[in-house]
Amino acid sequence: MNRNVLAVFTALALGSSPSIAQELKIGFLAPMTGIFAQIGKDMENGFQMYLDEQKGNFAGAKVTFIVEDEEGKPPVSVRKAEKLVRQDNVHMFIGGLLASTGYALAPVSSRLKTVYVLSIPAADDLTQRDLDKFPYIVRTSWTSSQPHHPLGKWACDAGYKTVVSVAADYAFGHEVLGGFQKTFEDCGGKVVQKIWPPLGTKDFGPYIPTIKRDADAIFSLMVGPMALQFPKQLAEAGIKKPIIGGGTSYDEFVLPAMGDEVLGHVSALQYSAAIDTPRNREFVRKYREKYGKVPSYYSESNYTTAQMIHEVMKRTNGKWPGPEKFISTMTSLKLDAVRGPVRFDDMRNPIQNIYIKKVERKKMHGYDKDELWNTVVKTYPDVSQFWTYGKAEFLKQPVYSRDFPPCKHCQ
Amino acid sequence: MKRILILLSALAIVAVIAPFTGPFIILLLAQVLVLGIVAMSVDLLLGYTGLPSLGQAAYLAVGAYLTAILATKFGIGLGWDFWIVVALGIAAGAATAAFFGLFAIRASGVYFLMITLALGMCVWGLAYRWNSLTGGDNGLNMPGRPRFGIQLANDLTFFYVVLGFFIASLLALHLLVNSPFGKSLVGIRERELRMRILGYNTWLHKYLAFVIAGAFGGLGGVLWAHLNGIVSPSDVLLPASVDVLLMVVLGGPGTLVGGLIGATVVVFLREYLATVVPWWQYVLGTVYVLTILYLPGGIMALFKGGGKR
Repeated sequence: MNRNVLAVFTALALGSSPSIAQELKIGFLAPMTGIFAQIGKDMENGFQMYLDEQKGNFAGAKVTFIVEDEEGKPPVSVRKAEKLVRQDNVHMFIGGLLASTGYALAPVSSRLKTVYVLSIPAADDLTQRDLDKFPYIVRTSWTSSQPHHPLGKWACDAGYKTVVSVAADYAFGHEVLGGFQKTFEDCGGKVVQKIWPPLGTKDFGPYIPTIKRDADAIFSLMVGPMALQFPKQLAEAGIKKPIIGGGTSYDEFVLPAMGDEVLGHVSALQYSAAIDTPRNREFVRKYREKYGKVPSYYSESNYTTAQMIHEVMKRTNGKWPGPEKFISTMTSLKLDAVRGPVRFDDMRNPIQNIYIKKVERKKMHGYDKDELWNTVVKTYPDVSQFWTYGKAEFLKQPVYSRDFPPCKHCQ
Repeated sequence: MKRILILLSALAIVAVIAPFTGPFIILLLAQVLVLGIVAMSVDLLLGYTGLPSLGQAAYLAVGAYLTAILATKFGIGLGWDFWIVVALGIAAGAATAAFFGLFAIRASGVYFLMITLALGMCVWGLAYRWNSLTGGDNGLNMPGRPRFGIQLANDLTFFYVVLGFFIASLLALHLLVNSPFGKSLVGIRERELRMRILGYNTWLHKYLAFVIAGAFGGLGGVLWAHLNGIVSPSDVLLPASVDVLLMVVLGGPGTLVGGLIGATVVVFLREYLATVVPWWQYVLGTVYVLTILYLPGGIMALFKGGGKR
C-alpha cells in the first residue's frame, strides 16, 4: 500500500518536474532565396544564436525551431505560415521581412488563432488602427515611423530648413517618410520635394538630376541593395548635401559594403551595433565570432525576440500558456535587451530608445581595424510609436501614406 | 473519351481520399486544382493553337483582384453572390483578353511571347501602382471565404467546390477542343497558311481561343483569391506566368490533363519538398531538363495514347 502511494507520488513529482520534456514549437519565416536572402540569414542567425546560448531549452521547454523560406513575397509567406501551423502544429510563428508581408500574415494569425510575433515587419497600422482585428499578434521590433519621429525633430533642431526626400515607393517607405515629415514640419521645417523610386531601383540616374539644388538636405529611405547604390551615385553626381536617412538606409547589413561616400550620413533606428554598452559589446563580439559579421538590427531584433519568448516561458515554468496568456504575459515584460530597455505600450508595440546615428570610420569595441560604424550621436529614451502626440490624438490622423502628410511645400 | 473517364475516376479517388489527408495537404490539393484550371487555359493556347503565352498570370490577376476589390470595398461575393463574382471574374478575364488579344494575336512565335509578357507586366504595373484600388505593394487581404448554406472557410468544403469547378472546366475545354472549332485550332497550329487558304479566318479563331483562355484564367483568379486569402502584385509577376507555362510543358501540351499533372508535380515539389530539403530547386530543375530532353511530349507521353501530336 505504502509502496503504491510512493509510486504515485514519484509519478506526480516526475510529471511536474521540468526534466520531463515539454516542447515549444516555433515557426520562423525569413527570405532564404531571392534578393533579400542575406537579410533572411541575419534574421535567422540572431534567433539561432540566442537558442544556442540556451542550448535549445527555454525554462524546461525543448525548443523546436523550424525555418521556412518566405522568398520576400507576401503570398508565399501566407502559404508557409499555413504549413507551419497546419502541418507542424507550431505554437507561434515569427518573422516575415517586408511590411507588406506583415500585413499579409496578421490575418493568418487571426484565422488560425495562432500567435504571430512581428520581429521585423514594421507596418504601422498593425499595432495602430488595425490592432483590434488581430488579437494574436505582438510586435518586438518597431513601427516604420517610430524612429523617424525623433529623427525629424533632430533634423529640425540641427538647423535644416528644407529637405528633399528620395524614398522607396511602397508602404514602408511611405510610413518612414511620413513619420519624419510630420515631426520635421511640426517643428518648422519644410519637405519641398518627394521623389519615389520603386522598390529595388538600382539606377538612380533618372531621379538624381531632379533633386532641387537649393534644399538644405536630402532624406533617403533605401532598402537592401538600393542602399548601396544611392549614396554612390549621389557622390558621382557631385551632390554634397548632408544626407539624413531612414534606418534601413545605413543599417549594419549594408554598412560593411559601403565606402567613404557615406561618412557623416545620419540615420535613426532602435539599434546600432555601435551602442557603447557592455551588453551590446558582448553581443557584437559573440555574434561576429560566430557568423563572421557585425550584427544588424535584423539580428538583434530576432535575438531579443527569442529572449522575450524565453522570459515568458520562465514565468510559466516552460509550459505553453496558450495564445491569449502568451500575448498578455509578453506585453507585460520589462526587459533589459541588447538594444536597451524595452517595454510594451497597450497596443503591443515596444517603447524603447531611439538612436540617432552618424556613420563614422573608426575603431570600435576593441577591434583593431578602422571600420564604418553607426556612432550614436543622440539617444531619445522611451520613445513610443505615438511620439509625443499622445495615442488618441495620433490615431485620429490617417496612416502615413504617399499623400499623407500632404506635401504642402512642393510645387 | 476513355482518357477523360480514367481521369475522372482518378479525381473521384482523390476526392474520397482527401478528407483523410492532413490539413496542409488539402490546401495543396486545392492549389493544384486552381493552377490546373489556369494551366489548361494555357494549354488551349500552347498545346492546341500553338501560341506560347507568357502573360496568363494577367488574367488570373484580373479575376483575383476583382474578387478582392469587390469583397473588401463593397462586401460583395461573401454569400450567395459568390456565384455572381464567379461570373464577373470569368467575364473580366475574357474582356481583358479580348482587349489584349487585339495587340497580341497579330504576332506569332517568339513575338507573341514577348507581347503577352509585356501586356502581363502592364497588369502588374497597375496592381503595384494603383494604390487606392489595389492596395499597392501591400495587396488586399480577403475578409474570409464565402458562406452560403455551406462554409467555404472549411478547407475540405472549399476543396470540393474547387474540384467541381475544375471538372466543369475540364469537361468544357474537352468539348471545345474536340469540336470543329477545336480541330480548326489544331489546324492553325500545324499549318496556319493552309488553313487560311482553305478559307478559315485564322485571326478570328486564334482571337477566340485567346479570349476563352482569358475567361478560364479569370475563373482561376477568383478561386486563387479565396484560396490564399490575399491578392498581391507578386502573384502577377513574370514567374507566375512562367510557372503555368512550365506546368503545361512538363505535363504535356495538347492534352489538357497534362496541365493538371504538371501542376501537381510543381506544387508538391515546391510547397512540400521545399519544407523537407533546402535543395528542392535542383530537383525541380532536373525534372524540367529531363522532361524536355527525353519527353518532349511531357509526362503524359509516358501514358499510352498520350503525347501524340
